[in-house]
Amino acid sequence: MFNFYLLIVILLISFIFFFLGLKEAKKLKLVHKNSLHSLPHYYGLYALLASLLPSLGIYFLMTIGDDFLFSNMIKSYIPDEVTNAKNYNFLIALAQINNSVEGLIFGTPPQWVTNAAEVWKSWVQTSNIIIVSLCLLTSLVSGYYGFLKINENFRSRNAVEKIIMTLLAASSVIAIFTTIAIIFSIVFESVRFFALIPIDEFLFGTVWNPQFEGAERAGSGQQGLSQYGAIPLFAGTFLISFIALCVAVPVGLFSAIYLSEYASSKERAFFKPLLEILAGVPTVVYGFFAALTVAPFLRSSGSILGLDVASESALAAGLVMGIMIIPFVSSLSDDVINAVPQSLRDAGYGLGSTKNETVLKIVLPAALPGVVASIILAVSRAVGETMIVVMAAGLAANLTANPLEAVTTVTSQIVTILVGDQEFESAKTLSAFALALTLIIITLCMNFYALHVVKKYREQYD
Amino acid sequence: MTKKFINPIEATEIVKSSIKKRRAKDSRLRLYGRIAIGMATCFLFFMFFSIFTKGYPGFFQYYVTLDIKFDRERIDPKEDLSDTSLYEGEASKTVNESLFSIINPQGRKAKKEARKIVSSGKDIRIAKLVKNDPSLFGTVTKVKFALDDDIDSFLRGYINRDTPESERRISDNVIAYVDKLSEENRISYEFSDYILQGSASGNPEMAGIKGAFFGSILTLSVCLLIAFPLGIATAVYLEEIAKKNKITEIIEVNINNLAAVPSVVFGIMGLAIFISIFGMPRSIPLVGGMVLALMTLPTIIISSRAAIRAVPPSVRDAAYGIGASKLQVIFHHVIPLAMPGMLTGTIIGMAQALGETAPLLMIGMVAFIVDIPNSVVDPGTVLPVQIFMWADFAERMFIQKTSAAIIVLLGFLIAMNALAVYLRKKLERRW
Repeated sequence: MFNFYLLIVILLISFIFFFLGLKEAKKLKLVHKNSLHSLPHYYGLYALLASLLPSLGIYFLMTIGDDFLFSNMIKSYIPDEVTNAKNYNFLIALAQINNSVEGLIFGTPPQWVTNAAEVWKSWVQTSNIIIVSLCLLTSLVSGYYGFLKINENFRSRNAVEKIIMTLLAASSVIAIFTTIAIIFSIVFESVRFFALIPIDEFLFGTVWNPQFEGAERAGSGQQGLSQYGAIPLFAGTFLISFIALCVAVPVGLFSAIYLSEYASSKERAFFKPLLEILAGVPTVVYGFFAALTVAPFLRSSGSILGLDVASESALAAGLVMGIMIIPFVSSLSDDVINAVPQSLRDAGYGLGSTKNETVLKIVLPAALPGVVASIILAVSRAVGETMIVVMAAGLAANLTANPLEAVTTVTSQIVTILVGDQEFESAKTLSAFALALTLIIITLCMNFYALHVVKKYREQYD
Repeated sequence: MTKKFINPIEATEIVKSSIKKRRAKDSRLRLYGRIAIGMATCFLFFMFFSIFTKGYPGFFQYYVTLDIKFDRERIDPKEDLSDTSLYEGEASKTVNESLFSIINPQGRKAKKEARKIVSSGKDIRIAKLVKNDPSLFGTVTKVKFALDDDIDSFLRGYINRDTPESERRISDNVIAYVDKLSEENRISYEFSDYILQGSASGNPEMAGIKGAFFGSILTLSVCLLIAFPLGIATAVYLEEIAKKNKITEIIEVNINNLAAVPSVVFGIMGLAIFISIFGMPRSIPLVGGMVLALMTLPTIIISSRAAIRAVPPSVRDAAYGIGASKLQVIFHHVIPLAMPGMLTGTIIGMAQALGETAPLLMIGMVAFIVDIPNSVVDPGTVLPVQIFMWADFAERMFIQKTSAAIIVLLGFLIAMNALAVYLRKKLERRW
């Protein structure tokens, strides 16, 4: 797909220009008795950048662009009787052609597919030749142009720095592009989903039962048995997050209080990183632990007590997730508690209060916004957590508050729907995007709220 | 005014009488803290302990030693050691004959059962042996073969010979054969040569992590190549060059938001943008690396900015003072001084990426791929995804292999984090 040899050749050409530019600049320096504006290597760099950047730009534009171009051009090669058929879908036709191009032939494809694939292949060949020659030509021509610009009056350092500044600024925009890409991809697909399923049915329906259906794909309007009520998923998500919080908040908060107020500096230096290890363990490991150790343990101890615990229970997933988010609560809270100025504590001690009273009545209230923010961040982490629930919480969309039953969550449904072969056109696939949209909205709201809490209620001590 | 005045003596009495209670409260809070920390540490150790005890046996497995008659005409009929020739040869049959000569199965059913004792990878093993050393032809050599996973589980004691035959995965006959083999000291428990060198396989006794390991390396390389330069460039731009205005503010808010987006969402974006719009193939490390790069970018940017901010302004002023341009200050002074901090952040980001599973599931890196990926555009899988896939398999032996894979993964994560801590301790300067 990418032509690595071409990239290497382009790089080599630009390096040649670098050395040519360097040599030229050194020559100029000798001729003009050290009166050159910039150091010689800036002239070389200028030639290098002049050769490299335009050709790289052309290369990436064309490599990404040719697929678009071809898929538009191929339309005329799909015969009318196919396009006029009732269940015609261009993307499926395109996929057929692409498979044929890549040599993945299942059975005997129709004649027009093979023909179109042949045409496509010839286009790819032509475009490869065009790309290679155009890139090489650009790199040579623009490199030579940059080289020609080198003379004793040329301020190459300023030019090079301007280019680098622009590159730095461009790379900082990538973060924005990522966000736009996320929003674009998810909102776009969600809108298509909500065209099929009304938004209120999605948000307030109580039955989640997505199914692939031929009828829906063909767009014939039959709804069939699929139901997309997301309430059970949100209920499951919040049930598991709640269980996780019941574990993480007390353990995390007491740990933070102990570490910041009671522990000696040695203890602190030992236990704080130890707790942070919990955050570094991959979630798939937690999932494995939950599914293979915790869930059977809960099941067997449940049967001793006469309780019927499902083998994939919300409790197991929640408990393990709670362990995972302990460091989010403890580390952040610990930082905040530490940030409370010593003078407040000293004032408390001066009035004769014990450590306990100082912590509970002075330090904690002062650190409360930060503590609350850390808990909110932990919740948002729990809501977005995927692997533990996929492996340990099950897939049954039960609407229940009983932690011993199996529940499913938003993230585990997204994974189940999108893993494996899916068809982009069905409501089931699109529903995953709608779920992702709600997930993002929930987590972002929580983060904004956490930041807001911190900002609004922060006491300014110094 | 009915405010009650207490005389000092009474007050001392009150304080004295309550001090015990107050002190008790204090030590209770300390105790709660200790219990909380103890619980968290116990969770951690229990989890590690349970994974290590499960995973340690996963590095070992049972082998059977058989005397193989390397008959060139049978094993390599075309006598050119090519794959097709070895494939057409009768390597499996040779192994089975050697096995039958020891355990003497009678009848077709018994023979069928006996054939399953040795793992189905036997012909591949013979092919490998003769390719490495063609001088084996014409000799009778002792060769070790992996046992089938059911036999392996039986020898480990997971299958009890006292349970009725109908409820066992292996029959009485097979148990008798295995007993016979162990009587002749042909069965040995050794370090598995499959777990580290084998690739994904449906047969648990032959499954290994090599493919996933190389997939992880390729994916992480792509991730590093994209995220490191981009992250540092962004951090430098935001800290050193950009003026504080609306645009930089938007960028900053954006980066913080990206850090909070659940990782599975990045996978969905990869699926929707890279795969469905740009038409890149599924399950390739290139797409995986790009998705992970976007995911780790905020981590790298945030820690790099902190590192740049820690470089004291006096360094910059000194450089400006002797006539350096802005970029010279940045590239010659600020970046080298901030590099340890940037590297630490990058390593932590990479560790995050190494352990990440969910986004890679989205872009199809769960495909069952036996071949080891050679380049970033070959389909492959990564360690955590391999763990996820194995955890789903029913065979008992996969539990051990999964835990063994987890141990390897955790080993790498610990090594990376230790490196980050080391860098932070050794290279970071306090100003």
